[in-house]
Amino acid sequence: MCATCGCSDHDEHEHHHEHGHHHEHGHHHEHGHHHPDDHEHAHADDTRHSHAHGDAHHRHQVVSLEQRVLAKNDALAQRNRDWFAARDILAINLLSAPGAGKTTLLERTIRDLAGEIPISVLEGDQATALDRDRIRAAGAPALQINTGTGCHLEADMVARGLAELQPAARSLLLIENVGNLVCPALFDLGERAKVTLLSVTEGDDKPLKYPHMFAASRLMILNKIDLLAHVDFNVDRAVAHARQVNPDIQVMWLSARSGKGLAGWYDWLRRELAAPAQAA
Amino acid sequence: MHELSITRNIVAIVGEAAAGRRGSRVTLDIGRLSGIMDDAIRFCFPIVAEGTALSGAALDINLIDGRARCSDCAAEFFTDTLFTPCPCGSRRTIRLAGEELLVKTMELEETG
Repeated sequence: MCATCGCSDHDEHEHHHEHGHHHEHGHHHEHGHHHPDDHEHAHADDTRHSHAHGDAHHRHQVVSLEQRVLAKNDALAQRNRDWFAARDILAINLLSAPGAGKTTLLERTIRDLAGEIPISVLEGDQATALDRDRIRAAGAPALQINTGTGCHLEADMVARGLAELQPAARSLLLIENVGNLVCPALFDLGERAKVTLLSVTEGDDKPLKYPHMFAASRLMILNKIDLLAHVDFNVDRAVAHARQVNPDIQVMWLSARSGKGLAGWYDWLRRELAAPAQAA
Repeated sequence: MHELSITRNIVAIVGEAAAGRRGSRVTLDIGRLSGIMDDAIRFCFPIVAEGTALSGAALDINLIDGRARCSDCAAEFFTDTLFTPCPCGSRRTIRLAGEELLVKTMELEETG
């Protein structure tokens, strides 16, 4: 419903409001004094009237837009999603704070699944191509997207990256988002699922402190569990906090460095690869 | 600071709809649970708007409170976090309001 007039018309329509002075349409009138510039002009609502200049005559039209700010990103994300579906590509959006171990997990995954699952990687960082080089050294095609001052990837950046990277049909595309537990949660890239890494050095309260990320994710991976003995991180508490924000979130814990728990991650990927694509 | 790119989106949406006319006021709906800081939008807006059809335009923001419905007991309740449980204790809730991020209206100026 239109908030301005209460009509149910969803189409773009215009409301006319006059400010500053009153006059009726469709007649000739003059403001106080004569002026050589009397003229007639047409209005958008098809009424015509003439008036004398001398008063500033400002019209304000309130135009109802009712437009979602992220509609453009979401439409581009849907284009990416269709592109993935047409090529049978499983796209995963990998999220975490900086330093949680996303790139290490990717390197390990690429090496361990070499020969079984074709993998390519889109790397998002504010600056440098260091991660792209790490991924290529691990044996997978990779493209770096530098966001500059941007704190997250957006769907159009991914679309441009896909055009260049050209991931193979029937493959796994891992999109490593900019390390940031806040902003990337809001931007759909067209992925099948968001996966958030939380490393045990960050603290088990993070799902409550950064709820948007965990609410948007299908899977939470607790990483660096080889360090559990050295930090005050309670796995049960972290899981409980994540489920407060997102009762349906799946959880696994592993160490990308030691390899412990990685089998569960690989099984998760295999299940997702086998599952038919569905609208996220 | 995703608010900067959000603000760019807002200015682009309004600029497109204004089609060359000058905008004097923009009204937004921002949900309190949307993850968008209204103060950051207010900060970015005049900077992003400068040199566009919205240069110098006023910005009004309606903040929308969070509301949710419980999937277990069907109660509707106010919520100020993404994880407020229903008063009945259930965490299976559907958010009804509070995640808005909308350009509601724009006001166009014509000098005749």
